[in-house]
Amino acid sequence: MDVRSQVSMVFHLDKCIGCHTCSIACKNIWTDRKGAEYMWWNNVETKPGTGYPTKWEDQSIYRGGWQKENGKVTLKGAGKRRGLTNIFYNPNLPVIDDYYEPFTYKYLDLIESPEGDDQPTARPVSLITGEPIDIKMGPNWDDDLSGTPDYARNDPNFKNMSEAEQEVMFQLEKMAFFYLPRICNHCLNPACVASCPSGAIYKRGEDGVVLINQEVCRAWRMCVTACPYKKSYYNWHTGKSEKCILCFPRIEAGLAPACMHSCVGRIRYLGVLLYDASKIEDVVHDDEKNLINRHLDIILDPFDEKVIRAAKMNGVADSTIHAAQNSPVYKYVKEWKLALPLHAEFRTLPMLFYVPPLLPVMATLKQVDNTEQSEKMNPIAKYWDDNWLYDTSTAELWGTLDQVRFPLKYLASMLSAGNEDMIKDKWKKLMAVRIHRRRVTVGDISNEKADEVLKEAGLTAEQAEGVFYLTALAKFEDRFVIPPAHREQAIEMMDFTGDAKGEIGFGIKSKVRRGI
Amino acid sequence: MNVLDNFFLIALPYIALAVFLVGSIYRYTYKGFQLSSLSSQFLEGRRLFYGSVPFHWGVLFLFTGHLIALLFPRGVLAWNSQPVRLMILEITAFIFGISMLIGLVNLLIRRYTTPRLKTVTNRMDLVIYILLITQTFVGLWIAYNFRWGSSWFSSLLTPYLYSIFTLQPDTAAVVLLPWTVKLHIILAFTIVGLIPFSRLIHFLVPPINYIWRPYQQVKWYWDRRKVRSPRTPWTLQRPKNN
Ligand code: HEM
Ligand code: SF4
Ligand code: SF4
Repeated sequence: MDVRSQVSMVFHLDKCIGCHTCSIACKNIWTDRKGAEYMWWNNVETKPGTGYPTKWEDQSIYRGGWQKENGKVTLKGAGKRRGLTNIFYNPNLPVIDDYYEPFTYKYLDLIESPEGDDQPTARPVSLITGEPIDIKMGPNWDDDLSGTPDYARNDPNFKNMSEAEQEVMFQLEKMAFFYLPRICNHCLNPACVASCPSGAIYKRGEDGVVLINQEVCRAWRMCVTACPYKKSYYNWHTGKSEKCILCFPRIEAGLAPACMHSCVGRIRYLGVLLYDASKIEDVVHDDEKNLINRHLDIILDPFDEKVIRAAKMNGVADSTIHAAQNSPVYKYVKEWKLALPLHAEFRTLPMLFYVPPLLPVMATLKQVDNTEQSEKMNPIAKYWDDNWLYDTSTAELWGTLDQVRFPLKYLASMLSAGNEDMIKDKWKKLMAVRIHRRRVTVGDISNEKADEVLKEAGLTAEQAEGVFYLTALAKFEDRFVIPPAHREQAIEMMDFTGDAKGEIGFGIKSKVRRGI
Repeated sequence: MNVLDNFFLIALPYIALAVFLVGSIYRYTYKGFQLSSLSSQFLEGRRLFYGSVPFHWGVLFLFTGHLIALLFPRGVLAWNSQPVRLMILEITAFIFGISMLIGLVNLLIRRYTTPRLKTVTNRMDLVIYILLITQTFVGLWIAYNFRWGSSWFSSLLTPYLYSIFTLQPDTAAVVLLPWTVKLHIILAFTIVGLIPFSRLIHFLVPPINYIWRPYQQVKWYWDRRKVRSPRTPWTLQRPKNN
């Protein structure tokens, strides 16, 4: 057992309201610079949709991630042989047009234009060439299903769904969508690290954050291809690749990452997971259908005496073990088994987990005859002839999961490598918690019924309360359990503090200068 | 003539080599952030193929060829002792030279006809393009007109270069060579001298160790071998942390 600690995350998709506050917080802190304008280390996609960059999930285009062939797991579009022979021209590199050309508006023209017959306008200009452009694309062009024929219809997750199944999703009455916020997953088997010829990318042993050393990156641009989530971006100005750093300067100071701190829907949780690093290689080689279970298996129980001892032997600090015991991520992922990794079939073992959304699913169920109700209504409202009603009756609860508005198959293709039962299992739990809370607060559900539902979902009433608390009420300190960084010791490790007096900071010897 | 010869064939090489050495080491050590191939594929990803690929394979072959002629002159002469083998070597080298020239011209055209690339192009890029194109052209010209280069390089130029490297410059043989060959030498040292000031520095940091390093890399701030065992007291070994 080789116990290591990883700062990992859970995103609760039911709660995301698609406000993009997270993206803006991140942009303001990290990527508001020349060459990085197009980078969205955090982005929020509407699903179904093609995402950012366009169709990133389709690895027949981008060739990211790992593939298993004849029992061997190799990088799909990079690696030692492919990477080095393609180093002069990378045939699998996305280009700026797969993202969008960053732009701004000439706002000054509004103020400084000479007096004339027409109102001055602020023309859009490219941030690359400085020339006026016609904006054709942006990072969220398909927000809330806009441009559906071009975007949502081309979602790569439809590849296993029949025409008819897709058609049903896009009927006006049944249309549904949800949001998928994405950051770097800080994977356990990161494709970006493996693909970097100069060895500039590494995983921090202490907390598992995956970083690109800007001094060592030589723009061989292989990580951009290799990351199946397209979360490594090439800075065209500095000639260096950049990616989400999980706000490590903030984490080290005990603050939540900017995207999580600012999250309006409070969908984000961050905490430590202890895992067994010696099993990673084995898990990565397993069959696709076992991947998720095996992945979750290597996450260790932080209360287990044996695990604690092994963690201490490995130098994991007491404070980190303590953080692991209070970790909200551990609760969602292991205790309640409510969260799943995104696209496990890419085999990078992502350490960001998603609670699958339930609401767009359950709200469809029944076609009702509402003539009677219409009669009672005010004449103006009579024109309302929606026959689809939100059925919350508990009797048919489990039965209706099969005929939901949002096909299981779709979510399964995203979150469980195609395993529909796995998603169904999460849905049952989410619904059971709701039924349990309805019993507590409204009281129109009998105890027998509620207990039966909980039992079937595999939750105790106590656990259901826990899910409810962490989902609906959790305070800041419950959502973000950040292990102390022990900076006091880190500083001791470096130099005598007196030596560093008057410099910019400990260990930083030169000023940062960009470009050539 | 003698002064000029001395300047271009003795002084220039020494200046260039000194600048190259000091500049490259300085840039590598202190300006790591500025060491990059400055790839522009992200802004233009189609035409680069027709430039970068023929150019790089060409230049790598020829660079290695020149290096071998410098390090193993006798080996090259022995290889060339049979006309067929000489022909094979010369023709292959010539083809790679053409490939390099075509690549360079494509790169030049691409860079100056793609609006997006203007922002990532500086004056040094143009200087390098012009130098490399001229150098390649002169090289091909020499190969065609003064046969067989691979043999007389080994017997004339290698001793000259050795004399430079051993600090006993001897230009007796080279001053008699045609001016095109001298130009080739001069351009070569000029390019070498410009390496620390241009994007050419990227070829000094090829990712060789990727071949043998393990795929995954984990780095610890603290020495993992010195981690705390639960039996030792705090003061002896500190726990490593997040
Ligand atoms: C050691 C092996 C080398 C490697 C791995 C290498 C790799 C690269 C890479 C990745 C690029 C960026 C291509 C892009 O835009 O995406 C590049 C560009 C370039 N390389 Fe190399 N290179 C090597 C050797 C050389 C040599 C020996 C020379 C010339 C003496 C050279 C001259 C150039 C030039 C001029 C460019 C700019 C091309 C352009 O964008 O117009 N390279 N190289
Ligand atoms: S998600 Fe992050 S850690 Fe995983 S491969 Fe992509 S860039 Fe690397
Ligand atoms: S800030 Fe939170 S709620 Fe808003 S889009 Fe981002 S993840 Fe969703």
